[in-house]
Amino acid sequence: MSAVGKLANLPSKDGAQFTKGISAASPEASGVSANEESDSEQLPRTLRDAPAKSDRKKTKKPNKRDTQSNVTEEEDEAARELLQRTQKYKRGAEVGGKVRSKKAQAGIDHAQKRRAEAAKAAARSEMLLTESSGYLEAEGTERTFKFTQRQIADNVDIASTEKMFNLKLDEFGPYSLKYSTNGRHMLLGGRRGHVACVDWRNGRLGCELHVRETIRDVCWLHNESLFAVAQKRQAYIYDHTGAEVHCLSRHIEPTALGFLPHHMLLASTGLTGKIVYQDVTEGRVAGEHRAGYGPSHVLRISPYNAVAHVGHGNGIVTLWGPQQPQALAKVQCHRGPIHALALDSSGTYMATSGLDGHVRIWDIRRFEQLHEYRTARPAQALDISQRGLLAAGWGRSLSIWKDALATRVDAPYMRHQLAADVSSMGFVPYDDVLGCGHAQGVASVLVPGAGEPNFDALVANPFQTPRQRQEAEVRMLLDKLPADSIQLDPTFIGRMDPRSRAQQHSDSLADAQARHAASRAAGAHLDSAVRNKTKGRNSTAKRYARKRNANIVDLKRLQEMERLEKDLRESTAKRRKGPLPAHETGALHRFYAEKNNTR
Amino acid sequence: MKVKALSRSAADYARETKSNIQRLPRNVDPVLHPLERAREYKRALNAAKLERMFAKPFLASLGGHIDGIYAMAKNAWDLDHITTGSGDGEVRVWSLSRQETAWRAPGAHRGMVKGICNVPGGSTGRFLSVGTDKLAKVWSRSEGAVMADGTTPEPVATYNGKHAFGAVDHHRSRPLFATSSSLVEVWDVDRSEPIANLTWGADTVNTVRMNQTEVNVLASCGTDRSIILYDLRTNSPLAKLVMTLSTNAIAWNPMEAFVFATANEDHNVYTFDMRRMDHATNVLRDHVSAVMDVDYAPTGQELVSGSYDRSVRLWDAARGHSRDVYHTKRMQRVFCVKYTQDNAYVLSGSDDSNLRLWRARASERMGPKSNRERATIEYAEKLKDRYKHVDDVRKVLRQRNVPKAIKRASQTKHDMHASRRRKEENERKTARAGSKPRAPERSKAILGVTSK
Repeated sequence: MSAVGKLANLPSKDGAQFTKGISAASPEASGVSANEESDSEQLPRTLRDAPAKSDRKKTKKPNKRDTQSNVTEEEDEAARELLQRTQKYKRGAEVGGKVRSKKAQAGIDHAQKRRAEAAKAAARSEMLLTESSGYLEAEGTERTFKFTQRQIADNVDIASTEKMFNLKLDEFGPYSLKYSTNGRHMLLGGRRGHVACVDWRNGRLGCELHVRETIRDVCWLHNESLFAVAQKRQAYIYDHTGAEVHCLSRHIEPTALGFLPHHMLLASTGLTGKIVYQDVTEGRVAGEHRAGYGPSHVLRISPYNAVAHVGHGNGIVTLWGPQQPQALAKVQCHRGPIHALALDSSGTYMATSGLDGHVRIWDIRRFEQLHEYRTARPAQALDISQRGLLAAGWGRSLSIWKDALATRVDAPYMRHQLAADVSSMGFVPYDDVLGCGHAQGVASVLVPGAGEPNFDALVANPFQTPRQRQEAEVRMLLDKLPADSIQLDPTFIGRMDPRSRAQQHSDSLADAQARHAASRAAGAHLDSAVRNKTKGRNSTAKRYARKRNANIVDLKRLQEMERLEKDLRESTAKRRKGPLPAHETGALHRFYAEKNNTR
Repeated sequence: MKVKALSRSAADYARETKSNIQRLPRNVDPVLHPLERAREYKRALNAAKLERMFAKPFLASLGGHIDGIYAMAKNAWDLDHITTGSGDGEVRVWSLSRQETAWRAPGAHRGMVKGICNVPGGSTGRFLSVGTDKLAKVWSRSEGAVMADGTTPEPVATYNGKHAFGAVDHHRSRPLFATSSSLVEVWDVDRSEPIANLTWGADTVNTVRMNQTEVNVLASCGTDRSIILYDLRTNSPLAKLVMTLSTNAIAWNPMEAFVFATANEDHNVYTFDMRRMDHATNVLRDHVSAVMDVDYAPTGQELVSGSYDRSVRLWDAARGHSRDVYHTKRMQRVFCVKYTQDNAYVLSGSDDSNLRLWRARASERMGPKSNRERATIEYAEKLKDRYKHVDDVRKVLRQRNVPKAIKRASQTKHDMHASRRRKEENERKTARAGSKPRAPERSKAILGVTSK
């Protein structure tokens, strides 16, 4: 049976139908209520954020002394608040110390001053932000995790209730789902071959197709005009009409897909255990690495530094860049296989879940576990929202924790029960919605306080026009970063090595010595790697190896160089110290050092 | 239960009418802008590449003279017109906007036209020309008789000199002009004889230039390698500077009255402060042959120079190397260059009888710009400035294709310099300590300064 038109035939969603051209939750209908909502919210926010001028006027009193003290207190408070907010916008630490050149120092001072001003201006500009984030608060003996979706729906505006829906698609599940970077489009991939992309707020179906093959994952590319599907044997790229554009034959039996939007790379991992990067602008394979831990099913791309995090069957999470043949890091996260993995957008936290029934929170800057949560069954899906809510799903249960990354919390923020076992999960960017793919379709759950309220239209615009999308596409291509610029620390570009040349030299020497000592301790001998004198045939490979070794500065070489230098110094000193021969008064005289020659 | 969920109305984010621009709310939170440094660097690289892609400095070649152009004058009161004199004695006035000859006097001089200058004020459009025929002539486009053939104009006034003239320049405010021949002569426009003769030991004086700010100071340079400053109030020389090779042209800085630039035979342009001439304030080195002419931009921040190596170079006055080099396949030895008064164009006159019009900033485009365009350009400029020391960006920004002859000559020059420096260092090693001090580059070419 063909599944094309499947979604349109299944109007099981309460409220909105996913029928092409018919918009159930039209923005015009909900416009008024949303306006009122945001206005009532805006008022206290503006007052809180900008107390400086308006409050000062109000507090003017006849008693001069009182007024002054009030004003200074308020000013102090405002200044302190501003300083606190400024911290977020400071990029890197200030440069300490002085340089010798006055001109250079003046340049550095000027740049520092400008940076501080920019951070302050950015903090001040926060009061221009129009939206405030959502929240869910309990009163009295209530608990937030006891609130059901129905209760929440009764208390929010109509436009928000439109975002709660269930899609009953019980034929081709379980479903994996992904949202586009601006949160406007949803991509569904049913395990048994059903793919659909939906403008979910308007309920407008983009395309729908059946690939007659197993689908393991789906992924949007740089915008909603292209998407990739991990199918049984290979990955495929389709366009927004559902036409197959490419077959990516290097991605063999892929299980998980990820996209690096700034590098325009599609990453996949699969049953072969390989991590493959493909440049979607020119089709080149940018990197192909063998992790060596067997099939893997989990891949997430860090939004902070674009490093791919791959979870393996032995509980290890490996971190990859496209151009580095070795993993950037390996973290033993669980004792059993990794089931799911999530990364926060600030590049600080990683959440993992394993078969051992734990959800663990890691500081990925230091590769340290911060704390762990127990789940009733091993969590199958994890995600972290833009504002740091952690969602975990196991069986039919969903749990969402608030402030659970930096600290350990006891009770969840929200709970929800799905119609069937969860298979994948994702927060909608810039919205308070969590999408869940499960065995019998897709559910959309309202999670107040999940999304970033103020989007940057030049980064991701939920109200993007087609023209803006085209322009953004061109900009993305122009600003495409080279694949080799991916590092664990993304700020390495433009950073200077402050060490002097001598210091660099001595550091490299110390490094080499340390390596040498370590390898000696491990029982290896550096000098036995390739010998110059070999018995037997002088093969090309050996000659090549010797030649390559000629450029390698190892400890032995450094020691040899040092010895030669020392010899030279000694012989020169010896010659200089030698007594002046009586007969040497001619032209060669100058080569004998005189006592008063200080040069 | 207190609850609020994000709920944006599309109407808040849509433009009201089609004539409005789209609303683009911004949020500068660093978390929303990951990899910003890498992206900024990439943008800087793109900006550098785009600058070089759009660098098309050549605008027009104005033909008409039948001999090389050896004299040129711009008019501070008239942006459009430029006056040139050629080797066959013809003087032309060009309209730059229409890119054609606006006025011409064929046979203005018997022999070469060596110098041209405009008479300040501009209302009459008068200008002076001097030639090797020992005559100085005043011309006017609007007044003055026309010869019998109906087209050839006649000069308004003619002055007879004793020697072949080399250059002429007019006083900023008084009716005086100075000429150079074997001496510097100062003429009153109402008298047929010079009112003052200024000499200090040169046999031929190449150029004379009046300071347009400190109006009583004038500078001349002669074939005896000297640069002499004179004061018109006392009719006497102020100071004499002797360099290792002779100077071909002098240009006063229009913004800093004490500063002047000289085009030297030793391939360099030197800038001097006339109050302290024992060292140059800057040495601009990139040409590979004698520099024939130099001119300041009206801002005083930039310079243009033309050289015997068939190239025109543009300089930041505070830096040591040129920021751009202009050349074409057909352009021959460049004898005169001018920066236009609007700081946007550069003119060069060369041996091949063509006057060439160039952009002062090769990748800049004229015409009105929208705010967005201007913002983009400013952003690109800032990015290029910030990342100009990074290898890739620097390489793109510095890369220039020059003719093979210039490339080879500059390599040879570089090798010669390196070799000389090496030799000096070797000598220093074997000499007594301190007996061979290092001479600063800025005073190397200066033999001596004498003040009166």
